[in-house]
Amino acid sequence: MVVKNRGRLIFLAGVLVMLVVGWFGFPRMLYQKTNQPIQFSHRVHTGDKAGLTCEDCHSFQADGRFNGIPSISKCGGCHVGLLGNSPDEKVLVEKYVATNTEIPWLVYSRQPENAYFSHVQHVRLAKIQCERCHGPHGAGDTLRPYESDRLTSYSRDIWGHSLSRIHSEVWDGKKMDNCASCHEQRGVSNSCLLCHK
Amino acid sequence: MDTKNKKQHRYGMVIDLDKCTGCGACMVACAVENNIPPATAKATDRTGITWVRVYKFDNGLPFPNNRSAYIPMPCQQCGEHTPCVSVCPQKAVEVDAASGIVAQIPVRCLGCRYCMTACPYHARYFNWWDPVWPAGMEKTLNPDVSPRMRGVVEKCNFCHERLQAARAKAAAEGRDEIDPSDYQPACVEACPTGAITFGDLADPNSEVAQLVQNGHAFRMLETLGTEPKVYYRSDQAWVRQIAQQEVQKPKAKEKVHG
Repeated sequence: MVVKNRGRLIFLAGVLVMLVVGWFGFPRMLYQKTNQPIQFSHRVHTGDKAGLTCEDCHSFQADGRFNGIPSISKCGGCHVGLLGNSPDEKVLVEKYVATNTEIPWLVYSRQPENAYFSHVQHVRLAKIQCERCHGPHGAGDTLRPYESDRLTSYSRDIWGHSLSRIHSEVWDGKKMDNCASCHEQRGVSNSCLLCHK
Repeated sequence: MDTKNKKQHRYGMVIDLDKCTGCGACMVACAVENNIPPATAKATDRTGITWVRVYKFDNGLPFPNNRSAYIPMPCQQCGEHTPCVSVCPQKAVEVDAASGIVAQIPVRCLGCRYCMTACPYHARYFNWWDPVWPAGMEKTLNPDVSPRMRGVVEKCNFCHERLQAARAKAAAEGRDEIDPSDYQPACVEACPTGAITFGDLADPNSEVAQLVQNGHAFRMLETLGTEPKVYYRSDQAWVRQIAQQEVQKPKAKEKVHG
């Protein structure tokens, strides 16, 4: 009897250990964290100090192409010299603006190359707010480390940060399912070619 | 973007075989646009890929009565009973409802090539090898088209990325519908004799719809009932006949098993 229970206990303990490893250990192993080249503060730019909107920097071209992260010339437009006293701004001005070098940003929401996404159709036609997919990114004071999947090299933001999917934020995850469920809710087509190239 | 109330388009083309000189500019333009690596000389189906093959055919008569013509053969974009769609075990092919374009999703393809067998037009191609670009030429890759790996089937999709670009432009200008002049596939643009006309067949006023109505237009293997959206036209009766030559209805007396 004791021997039988012992086996059961060992089994349950093994399950417990593997669950802990799977939920807490594995994500740490899977994702590689890299810090962004500069600690950029969105809050300073969008808040009272500068009062910019998202589209002031993340702009569209006349033909509808999205510029994504602005080039260094956009930063240099204001930061010719130091405007504040943050050490990161000093790096920006001296290392990047002065030498006209692009900042090697790590893009959180970069999709695999076979995915097509048109910002302009979602923002201008569907009138979807940036926060719907990007969350409170524009209000942050720092940039969190970029986490890339060691197996696929995709950003963790594609899969999403929540493992349990319970109470996960609406913007968490930019997988095909996330796109497809929103399209379904809004009655928009889910045909392959709409999002794949 | 509410696609429920959006107009349904049926993009298609009319290729004027009297104007086609068989120069192959469409094949080159297509390859450049769609990230198809340049084939080596004398490439075969096993060593090279093209999404639009230009076939040569003649009337079979001896000189001086011999006449020849060329026929470019992209995916015919079948609208009904699309053979590749019905056989694909992966749902990697579908007919796009908004545009009528037959969509091939290579990342979903498992490479069984059933669709190639099913396609009566031989307009589907298999990647026997990983694509290789000569050194330096990777810089010419089109970022709007993803390159394919070995082991998958690919085919013409009427340069769908250009339709997407036209949609993005329309959205930037606050329009729901694209300007038809913004969307032309690469082969149409490149053809030096203007043999290919492209447009929306669902719009009766479009140039393609007019050409289809004007007579002397035909489609390949029309009796199969696949309703292709690629039309051909020629003023010469022998060209129109030869294109229909293979079209023979299956014999009624065909032996049935059991």
